[in-house]
Amino acid sequence: MNTDPTPLIEMRGITKRFLGVPANRGVDFRLEPGEICALLGENGAGKTTLMNILFGYYACDEGEIRIGGERVNLSSPRAAVRRGVRMIHQHFALVPSLSVLENVAVGQEDHRLGFLDWKAARKRLLELERRFGMTLDPDAKVWTLSVGEQQKVEILKALYRECRVLIMDEPTAVLVPSEVRELFAMLRTFAAQGNGVVFISHKLHEVMDISDRIVVLRNGEVTAEKQTRDTNARELAGLMVGRDWPARKERSPRAPGRPALEIVGLSATNDKGLPAVRNLDLAVREGEVLGLAGVSGNGQRELAEVLFGVRKPTAGSVRIGGAPTRPGSPTAVIAAGAARIPEDRIATGLMMDLSIAENLILENRRSAEFRRRGLLDHGRIREHAGRLIGQFGIKAAGPSTAAKSLSGGNLQKVILARELSAGPRLIVAAQPTRGLDVGAAEFIRGRMLEECGRGAAILLISEDLDEILSVSDRVAVMYEGRVVGIRAVNEITREQIGLWMSGVVP
Amino acid sequence: MDDLLSLAFLTGVLAAALRMATPILFATLGEIVGERAGVLNLGIEGTMLMGAMTGFTVAFKTGHLWLGVAAAAGVGMLLGLIMAVLVVYLGLSQHVSGLGLTLFATGLAMFIYRLVFGSPVLPPTVEPFRPVAVPLLARLPVLGPALFHQYALVYLSWLLIPAVSILLFRTRAGLRIRTVGENPLAADTVGINVHRTRTVSLVIGGALMGIGGAFLTLAHQNMFLMDVVGGRGWIAIAMVIFGNWSPAKGALGALLFGLLDGLQLRLQAVGLHVPFHVFLIIPYIMTVLAMISVSRKASAPAGLLKPYRREDKGG
Repeated sequence: MNTDPTPLIEMRGITKRFLGVPANRGVDFRLEPGEICALLGENGAGKTTLMNILFGYYACDEGEIRIGGERVNLSSPRAAVRRGVRMIHQHFALVPSLSVLENVAVGQEDHRLGFLDWKAARKRLLELERRFGMTLDPDAKVWTLSVGEQQKVEILKALYRECRVLIMDEPTAVLVPSEVRELFAMLRTFAAQGNGVVFISHKLHEVMDISDRIVVLRNGEVTAEKQTRDTNARELAGLMVGRDWPARKERSPRAPGRPALEIVGLSATNDKGLPAVRNLDLAVREGEVLGLAGVSGNGQRELAEVLFGVRKPTAGSVRIGGAPTRPGSPTAVIAAGAARIPEDRIATGLMMDLSIAENLILENRRSAEFRRRGLLDHGRIREHAGRLIGQFGIKAAGPSTAAKSLSGGNLQKVILARELSAGPRLIVAAQPTRGLDVGAAEFIRGRMLEECGRGAAILLISEDLDEILSVSDRVAVMYEGRVVGIRAVNEITREQIGLWMSGVVP
Repeated sequence: MDDLLSLAFLTGVLAAALRMATPILFATLGEIVGERAGVLNLGIEGTMLMGAMTGFTVAFKTGHLWLGVAAAAGVGMLLGLIMAVLVVYLGLSQHVSGLGLTLFATGLAMFIYRLVFGSPVLPPTVEPFRPVAVPLLARLPVLGPALFHQYALVYLSWLLIPAVSILLFRTRAGLRIRTVGENPLAADTVGINVHRTRTVSLVIGGALMGIGGAFLTLAHQNMFLMDVVGGRGWIAIAMVIFGNWSPAKGALGALLFGLLDGLQLRLQAVGLHVPFHVFLIIPYIMTVLAMISVSRKASAPAGLLKPYRREDKGG
């Protein structure tokens, strides 16, 4: 295959920075005719960024792209589509109120004097469906289709435009197993006609199943390239997550106490009503940090929301400090002594237009002491804020500063100050250091560990494996809504975690 | 009271209804075209007023009514273009930009009118459009005089109902407009110029709104008054929702509104002993009631109100 003189795609020395932070560093990538190449890597490894560059969605800062041997400058997705490259994102670019036929043909409509002529388009669509073994009704409105069928419409759109390179971004995340088999058969048919497929994924068994060649990305760089037949899931897991151990955070050892958080048989659905957390059991003891790792989208967000009291579980129970909490009630969670550090500090963590002082008293369990004759006691509120600003090293002009003027690190410190000031017995932290600079991240972790030393239990939900390994006593891995593995940190290998994260359960 | 049931009364009500519906019909169709492309144009009220003023002024100065109508359409297109610059290219809030455009156009209409005519004691008038009888059809009993003894602009508005329907649902341009209004990203990736499509839609819509305004000063009345539009633009916005963004159903809404308006005019004339204000508010109350019953089921184009910028997630 490598003897073919002109690869479909050649990317050389691709570098892309977002606000100075590199997402791709000097990446070389090529795709041969007839090949299915998998791009493997953790969240944030730069897979999707690299392909968005190839799709003309982002401009790269350095490097060059050749399509069919010709050097190109892709200024927009349109330019990429014109050259036969099509990317299918996880969020489909479809018009739900239009029919399958309309969605497929729009932009390349057959017409007579501007009036649409569907005959030829319908014939061509049905011909394509026959060739790729699909049975979609051309007149069905897209909103009536299942997600798997909608993905087929996206693929048909690409085929209709005689695309030669199909980039699929985590295409199986939304599919049921039978649909995955159909998709793979389609992709093989497509590649067998001399076209190329880039398959972005972090699911090892799928990658092993579908691809001819595997390129592993880590921290924006290519760390390995293997022919699929020459490798195995175990080796790939190691390549994907790396082998170095981060420095452990020092802290005084402490015997874990009673369970502070007990989750039994918990199930919850996501915003689309699909199962996200499935019959999950987990317990965290006082004085213990439990790190919950996993690739994003495996139910961590929904689990955190249930624990925060903002999502009602469909089954199971949550006990905090030994007592059951009323499901779907933030007040109950707060009253039970849980501190909550949400994933999105701007959207759900803080009121950006309110002052620091006001943000620090948001939770009602503490409002009584800041009231005087039914009105807010601003003197005490400011005093309280001044004290916490000092304790947590929040860099701000003063307690009356609006939250929106703070940097990400300082915003997170405000949340931490609010949540920890009551001396919680449990801290549930979702991605607490995402997007923070090293100094702020270290401070946040250190402050949480202090609470742990005091006896609080910590559930740390994070996609940053280094973070989990540096602070956790035990590590659990979540995959497709379940805890697939849990082990003490000194008895685990990165490779094992990588396998669990990829859905390979030994 | 016998009058109420006479055939002459019915014919009169129907004729008035169709007349009253016409400006709203033009405006509703214009608004539908823009909203199908994803832009709510709240500049509609101001655009209609500018159309009314321009149509009147040009007709007054040149003596050609149709030249006035053309000028009103042209001014509407221009205002549509301004709206496009604000919300399509600059990506500003459609609500704020639209209301701003209405305020701007209202002030401008008054300003230009004063500039041209000063402040006369009696407002100047033109010789307005005369009803045109359609041969044969106009002689039908009851319906004939109501339906087929109307202004040419009324007939034009009827022709526009299927025309806009065909534009949206049978032509390539229409498919593209709908795609842009529902999912601009999808449109972009298949090679449709989102900004240009939205701009053209707003310009077409503006032309219809302008003509709707001109109808008021060149057919419905024969003079320009500051309150000549009187909220008909806002009624059109409601009719778009009432009609679920369909030209035919929106037109039906406009006709129903016209019917109520025509009825209340006739009831005033009959001389029932009720303050005329009561009749004046009937169509508006009915509009509110209709909206309450219909708008829950309404499904707006998914891309409505959202400016489209190709994502460059810089952070």
